[in-house]
Amino acid sequence: MTIEFGNPDRPNSYIGKTVPRPNAGRLVQGRGRYVDDIVLPRMVHVAFVRSPFAHARITGIDAGEVKSVKGVLRVFTGKDIAEVCTPWVAVLAHLKGLKSPPEYPIAVDRACWVGEPVAAVVATSRAAAEDGAALIDVDYDPLPVVTDMMSALDADTPVLHEDMGDNLAFRRLHEAGDVEAAFKSAHKVVSTRFRTARHTGVTLEPRSILADWNPAEGQLTAYHATQAPHMIQTVLAEHLGVPEGRVRVICGDVGGSYGIKVHVYPDEVATAAIAKIMARPVKFVADRLESFTTDIHARDHEIEARIAVEEDGSITAMDIDDWTAIGAYSVYPRTSAIEGNQVVNLCGGPYDFKNYRAQTTVVFQNKTPTCQYRAVGHPIAVAITEGLVDQAAAELGMDPVEIRRRNMFRDDAYPVTSPANMRFEGLSHHASMDKLMALMDYDGLRAEQAELRKAGIHRGIGIASFIELTNPSPFMYGIGGARISAQDGCTVRMDPDGSLVALSGVTEQGQGTEAMLSQIVAEGVGVSPDKVRVITGDTQVTPYGGGTWASRGAGIGGEAALQSARALRESILTVAAAMLQTEQSRLDIRDGQVVDAATGDNRMPLEELGRIVYFRGDTLPKGLPRELVQTRHFITSDYPFAFTNGVQASYLEVDIETGVVKLLKHWCVEDCGRIINPQLVDEQIRGGIVQGLGGALFEEIHYDADGQLLNGSMADYLVPMAAEMPDMVVGHVETPTKESMLGAKGAGEAGTAGAPAAVMNAINDALRPRGAQVTEMPFTPERILRALGVLKD
Amino acid sequence: MKASVGGYARASDLQHALELLSGSDGLGRVLAGGQSLIAAMNMRLSAGDLLVDISRVSELSGVSDAGDRLLIGALTRHVEIGRNPLIREYAPLLSQAVQYIAHAAIRNRGTIGGALAHADPAAEFPACILALGATLHIEGLTGRRDVAAEDFFQDVFETAIGEGEILTGISIPKTEANEAQVIEEVARRSGDYALAGLCLVKRSAGHRLALFSVGPRPLLARSAMAALDRGDLEGAAEALCDDMDPPSDTQASGAYRQHLAQVLLRRAVARIEGANA
Repeated sequence: MTIEFGNPDRPNSYIGKTVPRPNAGRLVQGRGRYVDDIVLPRMVHVAFVRSPFAHARITGIDAGEVKSVKGVLRVFTGKDIAEVCTPWVAVLAHLKGLKSPPEYPIAVDRACWVGEPVAAVVATSRAAAEDGAALIDVDYDPLPVVTDMMSALDADTPVLHEDMGDNLAFRRLHEAGDVEAAFKSAHKVVSTRFRTARHTGVTLEPRSILADWNPAEGQLTAYHATQAPHMIQTVLAEHLGVPEGRVRVICGDVGGSYGIKVHVYPDEVATAAIAKIMARPVKFVADRLESFTTDIHARDHEIEARIAVEEDGSITAMDIDDWTAIGAYSVYPRTSAIEGNQVVNLCGGPYDFKNYRAQTTVVFQNKTPTCQYRAVGHPIAVAITEGLVDQAAAELGMDPVEIRRRNMFRDDAYPVTSPANMRFEGLSHHASMDKLMALMDYDGLRAEQAELRKAGIHRGIGIASFIELTNPSPFMYGIGGARISAQDGCTVRMDPDGSLVALSGVTEQGQGTEAMLSQIVAEGVGVSPDKVRVITGDTQVTPYGGGTWASRGAGIGGEAALQSARALRESILTVAAAMLQTEQSRLDIRDGQVVDAATGDNRMPLEELGRIVYFRGDTLPKGLPRELVQTRHFITSDYPFAFTNGVQASYLEVDIETGVVKLLKHWCVEDCGRIINPQLVDEQIRGGIVQGLGGALFEEIHYDADGQLLNGSMADYLVPMAAEMPDMVVGHVETPTKESMLGAKGAGEAGTAGAPAAVMNAINDALRPRGAQVTEMPFTPERILRALGVLKD
Repeated sequence: MKASVGGYARASDLQHALELLSGSDGLGRVLAGGQSLIAAMNMRLSAGDLLVDISRVSELSGVSDAGDRLLIGALTRHVEIGRNPLIREYAPLLSQAVQYIAHAAIRNRGTIGGALAHADPAAEFPACILALGATLHIEGLTGRRDVAAEDFFQDVFETAIGEGEILTGISIPKTEANEAQVIEEVARRSGDYALAGLCLVKRSAGHRLALFSVGPRPLLARSAMAALDRGDLEGAAEALCDDMDPPSDTQASGAYRQHLAQVLLRRAVARIEGANA
């Protein structure tokens, strides 16, 4: 029996409705349990001594004074940890040519970025461990540093890792059609240099791990703030020499991840290694300064790009030369080549054109490693694409909406393959654009803009269409050899009182995964969502799965939940048919009652069925299947990724005397397929937009030429705050994927993907009459004034 | 990071606080609202301090009318400065400034004395009291002395407060009839320290213009003040460049700060003129 999603009056219609989050009350009452809340008997704390140099040989570590500090128990160097933990190399087979040297949990003889762990101090409190760490005397012999991206491959630039031969980590060129010919014959060619700044994710809860080695069981238990518990299980097992089945990763409440917590961090692995050596629980919670220097960074790109257009606005070619610097190591195990690779895959995404060339060049440098952060590569690719399209429109004297309409894949063109070889199952660029135009009253805004311009008020409207990669198959990591599951599973069981427990391999990071799962299971079985308890984040309890990344929770984890719930429904009805002596097909489950499918009349509450199955099974026919627990796994197979699409718009005002941008309003229309919980989706979009706006206007990690990080605090690294955020209007078009019964695609990254480009285009729309343009993010007041030629120096 | 504190004592009155300070061998640190000190301690920028908590010394809090002057106790919190009717009437510059200071939680605890004694060159209150020509009252075990705002701020985080002394309050000359006071600043985000800011006071005796976030301490822009007194706004804007040499950092270059100060001066004058029109 299929679910009539189109009928809002169907029974148990929880999918598609905003229902309360089961964990919301707990979290807002401060009853959550984060890693830092967990206290175990004999638990100790670790603090790390971190390199103050971007590149230095470690010639000696004197810990003589440290043990005099009250509470300090032990000091570990890189060599000590290397005895129980093997180094890792973050490469993947399908990213051809990607190289990275072995990385140790604690630097053994050479530190390669400011913040790299150099020694660890274990004490009975974090404060005592810090007191001890301050007394460790490390002798450094500073080495030449590589800090500039664009000269990293020059002959006279020192090579960061001698064994690697050069500073090139990865390079990929993709070419389709005849790009040179297209540019030669183009009506107009527009070229621009773009720059996106180095960011980090700034999770509310910092990275945290509490590792406990129990030698009596031979088991390592890690309470970990992570997005991918099963992946971490594999990594800890492999590098600490413990059988995978004897590593248990428990991921309770997590205070935000944004991709930051899907990676393997040296200090976290070191903490687990120390727990194994000391045979007692060891806790590490990063402080904010450590977060800025050691959480992965992202988005540090410089791009030369050009677009060729015909007189009628048709795009004939795009040519992208992307450079990114990833810090000293490729990050394990997802690697740091993915972001550049995504730029190659995603540029030009919404548009139907033939000739496309894109190259990414990924280099090493002595800075904090970069890796996947929310909307990996998307904000960069969308900024390049939409920046070029807007500039081409301006050159042609064409409206920016019109040029997009002339080039976007038609809504009836699917399935279709993009010039970057991305396969799209079904997108809705035109329907989304139409909806956006109506939501924002585009023509009215244009009129208002023109009117205000006469009064010397400089407002701009920026549009950004985008695609978003979600629901990844093994094509993302698995084919490269990483033990990262693209499949996910869910077990749903009914207990005697008729309540349900759902165990899922996807994880809750605070984004509402458990709410989404509870309403799917509720509808799938036929109970109200408050009858469903959801358990996630325990590798010894839940089905094996990938966790939360690449906007896969709803599309993959949700489908597994739906299928297992439907299977359990069948099991329940099999028993019910026997008890009620009727045909199974004549029964349904609605709101916790077995009912007559035709009339809706109650036949039996689920708790009565539970009572009989669990306590009076003797009254049921011998041999009757009575498994009130079902597990299903789901993996996509028709497409490597489920692409979503959407379009954003920004309306803002530029103060041309100060350069300050005031965001007035923001719109996003997106198509994530089936919407399970409208409020959660809208808030994902809004939160994503906020992070995108941060990148557009505020966020930038600064390093000096010696590789010193200059703004490692919340006072200096500016995250977007509520006061600066505009009202956001979110609209939806729904094109469900046909790969699943549920039809859901991801929604977690669309906001971040498109917001920076929309703001950039709006600022440039405001500045265009004055002949100015900005393409270097963030668009600080000073950069805007310099573009306007106001500051001369 | 976890703070590393040498000790803590809560003073019951001013005399007690001064005694605690003098007995601390130079390690004493006065704790009032704690909005800068605690943050610094939590980053171990300051460690081993013997904290002397004066937050319960009620004699240091509150605003009173002292004839031609207003007396503001050092422990008066930002939120109270913002809503106090005497300040709104006789020193409106301070009321206006409060909206720019950080966020509500910080304004609820931070004190004006703490902000002045901390002497952050990017903070609003130091520039305000400089523009207002306030007098700062400082007490030690040996007695009380008064310091003019011009002489109080010496360098980044450095003031005229000596070892063992406590800033107890400030006196501000009340506004004259027709006096105008405005504050203008540009910050990256609401509540951030300004990239540049200024306080402009127009009195019968002349203009007073204090700049903040453009140097190591709040600056009285004397050349610009002289030009304003001559009625020469563009001359004043030009002269601002002589009055300051702002630093460059990750937020803004010195050149941008200088440009901003000029823009803000024009806006401040326009606001005053607009109000008089």
